[in-house]
Parts: sequence; C-alpha cells; structure tokens
Amino acid sequence: MFLQQLINGIALGSTYALIALGYTMVYGIIALINFAHGEIFMAGAFVGLLMVGYFKMNLFLAMLCSMLFCMVMGVVIEFLAYRPLRKSSRLSALISAIGVSIFLSSLAMMIFGANAKGFPDTAFQSRQIHIGSGDISTLQILIIGVSALLMLALEFIVQKTKIGKAMRATSEDYSTASLMGINVNFVISFTFALGSALAAAGGVLVGVLFNSVSFNMGLMAGLKAFAAAVLGGIGSIPGAMLGGLFLGVAEVTGVAVGYSSYRDAIAFAILVLVLLVRPTGLLGSKIQKKV
Amino acid sequence: MQTDILSFIDPYTLQILVNIGIGIVLALGLNIITGVTGQLSLGHAAFMSIGAFTGAILTMKTGVPFYLTIILSGLFTAFVAALIGWPILRLTGDYLAICTLGFAEIVKVVFLNLEITNRALGLTVPAPDTSMSMPVIVFIVAVLAIIASALLYNSRFGRALKAIRDDEIAAESMGINIARYKVQSFAVSAFLAGIGGCLYAHFLGYINPSDFGFLKSIDMLSMVVLGGLGSIPGTVFGASILSAAPEFLRFMSQYRMLVYGALLVFLMVFRPNGLLGGVNFTDLVLRKLGVKPHGASHKREER
Repeated sequence: MFLQQLINGIALGSTYALIALGYTMVYGIIALINFAHGEIFMAGAFVGLLMVGYFKMNLFLAMLCSMLFCMVMGVVIEFLAYRPLRKSSRLSALISAIGVSIFLSSLAMMIFGANAKGFPDTAFQSRQIHIGSGDISTLQILIIGVSALLMLALEFIVQKTKIGKAMRATSEDYSTASLMGINVNFVISFTFALGSALAAAGGVLVGVLFNSVSFNMGLMAGLKAFAAAVLGGIGSIPGAMLGGLFLGVAEVTGVAVGYSSYRDAIAFAILVLVLLVRPTGLLGSKIQKKV
Repeated sequence: MQTDILSFIDPYTLQILVNIGIGIVLALGLNIITGVTGQLSLGHAAFMSIGAFTGAILTMKTGVPFYLTIILSGLFTAFVAALIGWPILRLTGDYLAICTLGFAEIVKVVFLNLEITNRALGLTVPAPDTSMSMPVIVFIVAVLAIIASALLYNSRFGRALKAIRDDEIAAESMGINIARYKVQSFAVSAFLAGIGGCLYAHFLGYINPSDFGFLKSIDMLSMVVLGGLGSIPGTVFGASILSAAPEFLRFMSQYRMLVYGALLVFLMVFRPNGLLGGVNFTDLVLRKLGVKPHGASHKREER
C-alpha cells in the first residue's frame, strides 16, 4: 500500500519537478516568476498530442518535436514580453507574464476548443508489472525514466558545459557576469529554451498519464510546480527536483488517505507550513540582508 | 427615491458602473498592502471570498441590517487576515507572494468542502432589504474607500508603511515596528477586500467558491499595477479600465481574453510604471494653481 503510493507519487512528482525546473532556472537568473511557464507546459502537451494523433508519430519523436517547438516559444516570449521590461519594476514584468499566460490559454481554447482531449490508445501501450506488494505500470516507468534522464542532462549542461558555467555566473551576479564578457542576453534566452523544453516534456508525459489535454491544464500544474520550486528553495535546481517529488508523493498520499476533495490544497498547505519553518525553502540559501 | 436618481441610466451601463465601483474598492484594498507597503499579495481573492461568504451567510441566516453586514464582513475578513498575516508576513518578497497564493487556494478548496458555504453549488444571495438601491450603496462605499485611502496615505500610519516599502532596514532603525505595521496594513487591506466581496455577493446574487480563484487575485493585481503601483488615482483609474474592459471588448466575443492578455503585455511594455505611475497629482494641481510645490519631485526608485 505504502509502496504503491510512493510509486504513484514519484511518477506524478517527477512531472512537477520537470515544470518546477523551468521556474527555478528563470527565477535564479532574472528573478521573475514566469507565470507563462504553465502555459508552455500546456502548449507542449498539445503539440505532443498533435504529433501523435495527427502525424501518427512515435511518442518519443512527438516529445522531441514538442520540446523543440516550446524552446522556440519560450525564447520568443522572453524576447517580446520580458526583455523590454528587464530594467523596470519586477511587478511590471510579472503582470506582463500574466498577460502572456492569459493570451496563450485563450489562444489554445480558440484553436483546440474548450473540451479536454485524450491521447489515442496507440500512443503508449501500458502494462502492469508487480514488484513486491506494489504495481508499477510501464507508463510510470517511462515517466520516471524520461524525467530522470532529462534532469541528468540538465545537471550535465549546468555543471559541465561552458554555457552552464555562464548560466551559473549570471544567476550569481547579473552585472558582474556581463562585465566578464558573458553575453547575458544569450544566456537568458538559453535558460528560457532549456526550461521550456523540460516543461514541454512534462506536458506530453502528463497528457499521456492522465490521458487528458485541455487549454486550462497549465494553470493548476503551473501553480503547483511553482509551489514545488519554492518549497525546494527557489533558484536551486536540486531543490526544484526535491520539491516536485515531495509534493507529488504528499499529494498522492493525501488522496489515498481520503482527502481527495482537498487534493489541490495539500500541496499549498505543505508549502505554507514548510516556509514557516524554513523561510527560504528546503535547499534555499539564506538571504543576507545588506545595509 | 433612488429610482429617480438612477432611472436615466440604462441597466447595462449601471451594471458596468457597479462593477467599476466594486473593482475600485478591491483594488484600493490591495493597493494598501502591495502598493503602499510593498508586500506582494497573490491571494487577495481569498479575502474577497471570505467577505462575500460572511456577508451572504449573515444576510441569509440572521436579520442583521445590511449596512452592518457590510462592516461585519469587512471586520471578520480583517480578523482572518491578521491571524494569517502574523506568521506569514515574516516571509519576504516572492516567498510571501507564493504563501498568499497558497493560502488563497486553501481557502477556495476549504469553502468548496464546507457545509455552510453549500460546497461546490455556491450560495444564492437574496437581495438585501435596504432603503437605498445596491448601485447607490456601491458608489457610496467606493467614494468612502477613496477618501479613506487618501487619508491613510498621508497619515502617520501611511508614512510608516511607505517607509517599510522603500527600505525595511532603514525603517526599522527609525523605530518603526515592522511586523506590527505589516500585519495592520494586511488587515486594513483585507478589510476593504472583504467589503468588496460582500458588495459583490449581494450585487450579483450568486457566489461560488470557484469564482474566487487565482485569476481573481490576478485581476485585482493587474488593476493596481496597470494604474500605477501605490498611486490612488492610478489605482482608481486601473480598476475602472479593467472592470469595464471585458464589457467593451465583448464585441470581439471569443477573442476577448486573447486581446485582454495581449493588452496587459503591451501596456506593461510601453508603460512599465503603470498608466499613471510616477505622476504626482498634488504637485500637478498645485502647479496648475500657480503654487510652487514644496518638496521638489517625489521620484520613487522602483525595485
């Protein structure tokens, strides 16, 4: 029973973690809560659905296409809606992000209609595998595997490559990084591309998992992923992974214990409680007050 | 009596005007905590919701006069805000923002599960039994809210809040009790949100916990930021535009929200400080009258 919930929770949580990574990376670099991120996740799910349903693509190929599409989308959004506001108040950028989010979700509603759509059954044939007292479906294995792979790739990019080094430097100190010859604009675009690609993958996985893709799926998923990012300590990449898994497991356990009607509140209740004890999240660094 | 005053306004325009009035009360409330004190709240719809349900339940279950109902729902909301604010206002910046967002989601889900709020079915609120009609009451409350905000803005309390917004450490070293002022400002802000919610419930006649979700909070925040953060004329202006915008954009039917979202982005890109942000109205009026404004220009550094 417990093992079963743990497996379900990790599968759900790893999709939260994928979305949360985009929030946390963008926040780490330009201190913006990118509210349009949930909509990128939604767009990723739709592109994946289109590729599988209309172009009869393989699920993995569809996921790749959707990641590429959302990368471009993320970069374009940053260029049009956030870059002009980089020097103005953070709240203006936040409202701009909210505008983008409203725009994208209503655009999706116009294109795809207001009803939820499902992936065709042929997209992925799921089987159950018994381990000990629990069942794991091949779909869950796929979700956990793809998420883990993507997170490892991200960790590699951030820690081992030159652009990753530039990202870390920019998030440490924006202006010093640009003085050291780092093309900050490119780094920011790259960060948006990376985060959007992860969200798109998350979108396709969630679409297959719940077999439902709708224009408003980005809102709650985005909010929960954001909660996960803050829970782990916003700006921290391992924190986002930890926060996502933690919220996923907590939510699934809460539902299993019998609080299913409180499902959406569980994540936030945990968030509020954790922040009261650790005001900068689980893995967040202490904020130094400078006078 | 009231029919005489309002009979020459057609019901549709009147409805838009009432929406504007309620929007002004809500936006001025949010402006106190976010604009004046500088603490970002992403969950103000929760306070609106608490005010709306308190008001509705008072009207349905008790015989409290409507004017008292308005005040009681405001006071109860302020009480809840103080209770919540005490622990969470220790958080700073975006951590506070996400906490208020979380609180709003929790309130929504709890109301969706409570017996007294009629779960997901929502409440049908009977029309209040008053001598004045709803629109007149809304206008009066909106005007009172503007006056109260202006008085607060220039009071000792308001100056303390602005000091906290501009620099917490400097404010603290000048002897301002930051924690206490933040909670008080949160409570005052929630008081207005509660009143706005109560008016909303009685004007609309039907409320549902799902109406007060994240998007409602965002609506309120957009009003404040669009008009000009911290500026009372700006907030009133922003609330008027955004409350009326959905109606004026109605001719575009399905493109409405699309245009609304794009409009928010455009306005922010071209007027990042809000439509009336950075405009000092007192100085403007004084200059018009030929008086040299004292204290030179009050340019506030945006963070």
